[in-house]
Amino acid sequence: MYNKGTIITGLVIFVVLFTSPFVLGLVTSGPPPEPELTAKAKQAKQCVEVKEFMVESHMQLLDDWRNEAVREGKRTYVATDGKPYTVSLQNTCMECHSNKSKFCDQCHNYAGVDPYCWQCHIAPKEKS
Amino acid sequence: MERSRRSFLKLVGISTLGLGTLSAVDLLDKVDLRAQGFGPDPKALQGERWALVVDVEKLDEETTRKAIEACHLVHNVPHYEDYEEEIKWIWTDTYEHAFPGQEYDYLAEEVEERPFLLLCNHCSNPPCCRVCPTQATWQREDGVVMMDQHRCIGCRYCMAACPFGARSFNWKDPRTTYFKDKEPPNPRYPTRTKGVVEKCNLCAERLAEGSMPACVEAVKDTKAIVFGDLEDPHSEVRELLHEHFAIRRKPELGTSPNVYYIV
Ligand code: HEC
Ligand code: HEC
Ligand code: HEC
Repeated sequence: MYNKGTIITGLVIFVVLFTSPFVLGLVTSGPPPEPELTAKAKQAKQCVEVKEFMVESHMQLLDDWRNEAVREGKRTYVATDGKPYTVSLQNTCMECHSNKSKFCDQCHNYAGVDPYCWQCHIAPKEKS
Repeated sequence: MERSRRSFLKLVGISTLGLGTLSAVDLLDKVDLRAQGFGPDPKALQGERWALVVDVEKLDEETTRKAIEACHLVHNVPHYEDYEEEIKWIWTDTYEHAFPGQEYDYLAEEVEERPFLLLCNHCSNPPCCRVCPTQATWQREDGVVMMDQHRCIGCRYCMAACPFGARSFNWKDPRTTYFKDKEPPNPRYPTRTKGVVEKCNLCAERLAEGSMPACVEAVKDTKAIVFGDLEDPHSEVRELLHEHFAIRRKPELGTSPNVYYIV
């Protein structure tokens, strides 16, 4: 075997360099933030759909909502549990989640997403 | 040799089948989780061909101002001084400009000087919808020429196609200009952003919850603007058109406007 030491050191350096972004991410980003519920949301106890579905698919749900409301004129959503909701980002989601910065934004910042919806849709007023 | 190939193929077949059904079940599960469905509000106004009848005599300056203001407040429409940047949902112009070809010398002074209330005609044969490359604007079953701001790419073909100047382009972001130091008046309706086209939507969001368009509502007691279904023989708009002679803007172009003016 030639240059055993050099090769192994090289390999170690390579592995450390290659995995450093992941390690660094784990160290600096910390645990995911816990979305805060408003008094109003707490009182409602549940979201439009079950929590797991909301976490995983709220973007698809919102996409469906806007198509149905704007393009099909269907502005009532009957949830899986039979409860009706007005189809509106601004007036339904944000009425319960009126703490946008501590709810939507906090999680989006962590995940590195920046929905452009608020360029037009008016975000709820928050007491700062 | 042959046997083992055969059993291998069988095994592969069964596994694919298994995997296939698994993902199908998975898919069903997802759909199941979501919603019993979407529907219109039972209070929503239903029609086949919405129309407006404007009684010009009844629209004095004050009434006109009220109708325009109501619309602009409900939809957070910015007001820019510069003519080039103007955002128009509902506005006024002279008879000569509104009804070109129907003017003549010695037109009654009263007509010549009166500002005419103009808005999107919600044409039965809308040229704007034909040219839109993304179907951001289209005609609904009830005749409303609707606009989906989410799909608009700002190509402005529709503006070129509309013979009535009913569409406006956002050259600036209203949030950083007109609404910079003041709140948009209606927190329940979105603003628009730089780079999209906008126009009157016949208050689709209000029809959906059973209300009349804002301009109609604002001048209700004068009956200067009446809203209704032209396909319904007992509607107020049909009665008005039956009793009065009315004109439309540029009918010769064949777009078949649904805004009528009793003059
Ligand atoms: C009736 C009040 C209400 C409405 C309306 C509502 N939510 Fe919720 N939402 C809640 C509650 C309560 C929870 C917490 C559920 C739980 O912990 O089981 C929640 C949880 C969530 C979560 C998961 C948060 C987490 O803990 O990880 C998301 C994402 C979410 N909502 C998005 C939305 C969106 C998007 C809309 C509009 C389509 C919406 N919500 C409408 C009350 C509401
Ligand atoms: C539990 C964390 C979490 C919470 C809480 C949350 N989101 Fe999200 N959201 C995400 C993640 C993660 C994505 C990106 C998903 C992807 O790209 O596939 C996302 C994507 C979106 C998108 C699509 C963005 C795009 O550019 O495609 C929209 C819209 C959105 N969220 C709206 C909301 C709203 C409104 C709320 C508050 C009511 C909210 N979200 C709360 C995690 C969250
Ligand atoms: C260019 C401006 C603009 C942007 C950007 C925008 N919207 Fe909208 N949105 C509108 C307008 C205008 C309406 C029509 C409101 C109505 O008819 O009630 C609307 C309606 C909706 C509706 C149904 C009605 C309501 O009150 O909410 C939903 C849901 C919606 N948008 C979701 C979204 C989401 C999610 C995003 C971001 C991914 C987004 N929109 C980005 C302008 C915009």
